[in-house]
Amino acid sequence: MPIEVSHLTHCYSEGSALSTVALNDVSFRVEDGEFIGIIGHTGSGKSTLVQHLNGLLKPSSGRVLIDGEDLNGEHADRRALRRRIGLVFQYPEYQLFEETVAKDIAFGPKNQGLSAEEIAERVRYAMDCVHLDYDKYAERSPFELSGGQMRRVAIAGVLAMRPSVLILDEPTAGLDPRGRDKILTMLEELHASQRVTILMVSHSMDDMARLASRLIVMSEGRVVADGTPREIFSQEDMMTSIGLDVPAAARLCTLLRTKGYDIPADLFRPEELKEALLRLWKEGSAC
Amino acid sequence: MLTNITMGQYYPVDSPVHRLDPRIKLILTIVFIVIVFIAKTFLGYAVILGFVWLVSRLANVPFRMLMRGLKPLRLIIILTFLLNLFFTPGETVWIQFWIVRIAKEGFLQAAFFSLRLVFLVIGTSLLTLTTSPVSLSDGIELLLSPLKKIRFPAHELAMMMTIALRFIPTLLEETDKIMKAQMARGADFESGNLISRARAMVPLLVPLFVSAFRRASDLAMAMESRCYHGGEGRTRLRVLKITKNDWLACGVMAALLSLIILEGVFL
Repeated sequence: MPIEVSHLTHCYSEGSALSTVALNDVSFRVEDGEFIGIIGHTGSGKSTLVQHLNGLLKPSSGRVLIDGEDLNGEHADRRALRRRIGLVFQYPEYQLFEETVAKDIAFGPKNQGLSAEEIAERVRYAMDCVHLDYDKYAERSPFELSGGQMRRVAIAGVLAMRPSVLILDEPTAGLDPRGRDKILTMLEELHASQRVTILMVSHSMDDMARLASRLIVMSEGRVVADGTPREIFSQEDMMTSIGLDVPAAARLCTLLRTKGYDIPADLFRPEELKEALLRLWKEGSAC
Repeated sequence: MLTNITMGQYYPVDSPVHRLDPRIKLILTIVFIVIVFIAKTFLGYAVILGFVWLVSRLANVPFRMLMRGLKPLRLIIILTFLLNLFFTPGETVWIQFWIVRIAKEGFLQAAFFSLRLVFLVIGTSLLTLTTSPVSLSDGIELLLSPLKKIRFPAHELAMMMTIALRFIPTLLEETDKIMKAQMARGADFESGNLISRARAMVPLLVPLFVSAFRRASDLAMAMESRCYHGGEGRTRLRVLKITKNDWLACGVMAALLSLIILEGVFL
């Protein structure tokens, strides 16, 4: 189910003195099975953009086409389209409301009007996806879980709708390293085994280096770069000029090159940098 | 969606009226209300109208903003007018058919009472339009502080008001966010009958309350860790001072009061 965004512009409080342009002529296309990272400084329009992909905001101009169908067209069934595009907001644990974990996860499928058996099956599936043991957690209150677990329950609540595209806004913000790692592993599996298209907004370049197959860089409401992580992260100057970092490995790589070490310029994953350094070291010791 | 609701009606410009001490403004507003009640003739109301016009010009507040305060009360004002119009007994009958009877006295009284309401609303609107909520609660605290002698919690009351006002936009934003998150999970807030709509509010209200309590406890913690312990011995960042302009405003109000009293005595 490809998504096409064409010339999307969004102004907040249009027509008033406080009017601000959050998105300015944004265009890109998402193919099935991609893992896209959306990066940008605070206020660059990332969160506004992801809300458009789900039809929660109406564009000031431009269009969002889901599978060729205009999301804001006159006859579009927005609720049906929303089912196929799961959106996980920032700090999604603040949207939990039910008495038990299972009931909360069932909220989405229930709104879809599924049968009781189907709903129960979906809840098991979703809890399995986020690595929460059904027997242990299903009947617990979501409010007595840890922050990381609550977030996984909230993500399960979206996954239970079995979306073919999953959009996540800062899914790892405010979590400890272990909670972060669990969420990233879970996304990795979901992408690999279920072929779910994933769009993820994040500040963490290291997360992006690990997961994304393509990066969209935003600045001041515009798309300033769109390409593979290798292309994007080798342009350290461009990234710094819009207030972004590159992954730690890419920074180290650049630093080593300026010191005269002969390694490739476009390394950004810790493992590949390790390989390159080991090779260099072996060659050096061979001399 | 919900975030474009502007809170309060404070009109943020700089003017001599805005700069007046909030305590003085509060007292003068009360005096103004008294004046509106003792005025007995249309001549008196003409004087009051002139005064209101002068103050709003001085305060740089557009007329449109003043009228906006009347909007929520328009039903009451119209009702007051109609009730007085039809049910005041009088000599000079203008129109009479079936059980409807409109007398000249009735019309005058109807006009008088509705004008009184209009002046009351405009007078208090002038206060809220020219005084920011924070300085207003400051003013209330200081005016009520003599009551601390009889253990009236003036400071706590003002602090509660300030915090409540501060969190209204935050909670609105939160509501908007949770609403969108639940809509993304297929929630429907717009269709259905009354009962199903009320039920649809549960997924919105529970997280909202949870987050309000969490914010409250966070705020309490933050205040305590900065050694907040109530109003006793607390000094202020902005110390209110009565200036020459405040005395001048009091003088003008006193002049208006005596004018209206004289008018009551002689006319």
